[in-house]
Amino acid sequence: MTKPILELRHVVTKVNRNTPEELTLLKDLNLSINEGDFITILGSNGAGKSTLFNTIAGNLTIDSGDILLRGQSIANESEERRTRFLSRVFQDPKLGTAPRMTVAENLLLATKRGEHRHLKPRHLKQHMAEFKQMTSGMGNDLDERLTTPTGSLSGGQRQALSFLMATLKKPDILLLDEHTAALDPKTSQELMAATNERITAQKLTCLMITHHLDDALKYGNRLIVISDGKITYDVSGEEKQQLTQEKLYSFFSDLQE
Amino acid sequence: MTFGLGVSAVGQGLLWATLGLGLFLTFRILDFPDMTVEGTFPMGAAACVAAINNGINPIWATLIAIGVGMLCGLATGLLYTKGRIPILLAGILVMTAAYSVNLRIMHGRSNLTLLDKPSLLKLPIFAHTPMYFDSVFLGFTVIVILTLVLIYFLQTDLGQAFIATGDNEKMARSLGIKTDNMKIMGLMVSNGVIGLGGALVAQNDGYADVNMGIGVIVIALASIIIGEVAFGELTMNQRLVAVTLGSILYRFVLLIVLKLGFNTNDLKLFSSVVLALCMMVPVFRDMFDLKRVWKRGIAAHD
Repeated sequence: MTKPILELRHVVTKVNRNTPEELTLLKDLNLSINEGDFITILGSNGAGKSTLFNTIAGNLTIDSGDILLRGQSIANESEERRTRFLSRVFQDPKLGTAPRMTVAENLLLATKRGEHRHLKPRHLKQHMAEFKQMTSGMGNDLDERLTTPTGSLSGGQRQALSFLMATLKKPDILLLDEHTAALDPKTSQELMAATNERITAQKLTCLMITHHLDDALKYGNRLIVISDGKITYDVSGEEKQQLTQEKLYSFFSDLQE
Repeated sequence: MTFGLGVSAVGQGLLWATLGLGLFLTFRILDFPDMTVEGTFPMGAAACVAAINNGINPIWATLIAIGVGMLCGLATGLLYTKGRIPILLAGILVMTAAYSVNLRIMHGRSNLTLLDKPSLLKLPIFAHTPMYFDSVFLGFTVIVILTLVLIYFLQTDLGQAFIATGDNEKMARSLGIKTDNMKIMGLMVSNGVIGLGGALVAQNDGYADVNMGIGVIVIALASIIIGEVAFGELTMNQRLVAVTLGSILYRFVLLIVLKLGFNTNDLKLFSSVVLALCMMVPVFRDMFDLKRVWKRGIAAHD
């Protein structure tokens, strides 16, 4: 029995606290993630998928419950502090990269994720060969554009770069928030394949929100469904392998009723 | 005579370039306008002149000016990041408060002179330089050192984190960069440099005046933007040098305006007009396809 790497216990997250607009987004949510889990997350809009990510990453503070990393509570740690073990890729290609900095500069920033940054020379040149090799693996000419500002890359290249930046320094937890949703179908498929390859090769622990039932079924060893701030469905291993689109559809239509 | 004026313009341009370089850190890198400078600049001047009047060595007096500038930046930075006051208002608050502080520093007088007192321009090494060349040498030395320090800083891990904060704050935070600290640091360094500018200009002019801060943000922006308009697409290091060249070009523009018969009272109006025109260059470029015309102009010189 492996010990969970991340645990959410009875987590309640509210927004607009103590105002008439107060909303409870996560309602006593429990989730235990094992090392090496690749979990795909489904749920309708407003179900709490992004709230779950923001709660894990520390953008939102919890109202009750606890979040444990390897048994230690991290519930009171700031967003910046949590980056030493956590990285994420956003849906919007604009959010993941610094537009006026070059591809190589962005990658270099990511090599120091969660570390203190000092008045030491950055030594960009020493990293170029490594960056070149890494980006060539993405198969979208990113390696030819290391000295290009990321603002002039295509959305697909930017998301591929964001993904590389998130995994460059191996995170304990990787959060992918519909990172292929803003791309055209072909680019989206390519990035998804590259994502899966890297997650498998590096044995990353990953949570991935997606709206594609196909992707949710095809990738990962575990699938969860979030509805109304709770986890309402959780399958893994063999059971997940045997899951089909039809079964998921019927599950979703049950939820609607 | 005209040569002398030209040399003087270069000297002024170099001394005032400190402002452009300071403001570059906030306006271009952090990507917000910092009004604090209008209070920091006269405070640097006042602190330096008051210190020299109290018998402090001009070098130390100049360092004190940098220190008070950094304190102004710290005040704005705390109001902005911890107090959640919008940056424009935070700057205006500190700028307004600085006016009173400046009067205190100058013992309630609006003008404090350096007559018969030592200054950086009266250091022994400048003893044999011809008229106006002392400010050129001083300005050049300061700008070279300052530019090199900034180039080094921006190429460090910390400098890169600072640039990333201005470029994409959300990403910076997701990489563990403490963006609030970066902004406070940027405001402190920026205003420290502007305090230095105040000290240099006051020593060059021979006095500090409580009203000398009015409109300096326009002058600083003018050097940044003239540099950008004149030199186009550049790397970060080249852009820093372009600020100084922009500042010198700006002084020549003012010289021409004065030669045309306008007087010094009109200069602030012209400063604004020059800056406004430069900021509208992209609009004009689209309208008249200026790029093609310029290219032909440059080709003719080759």
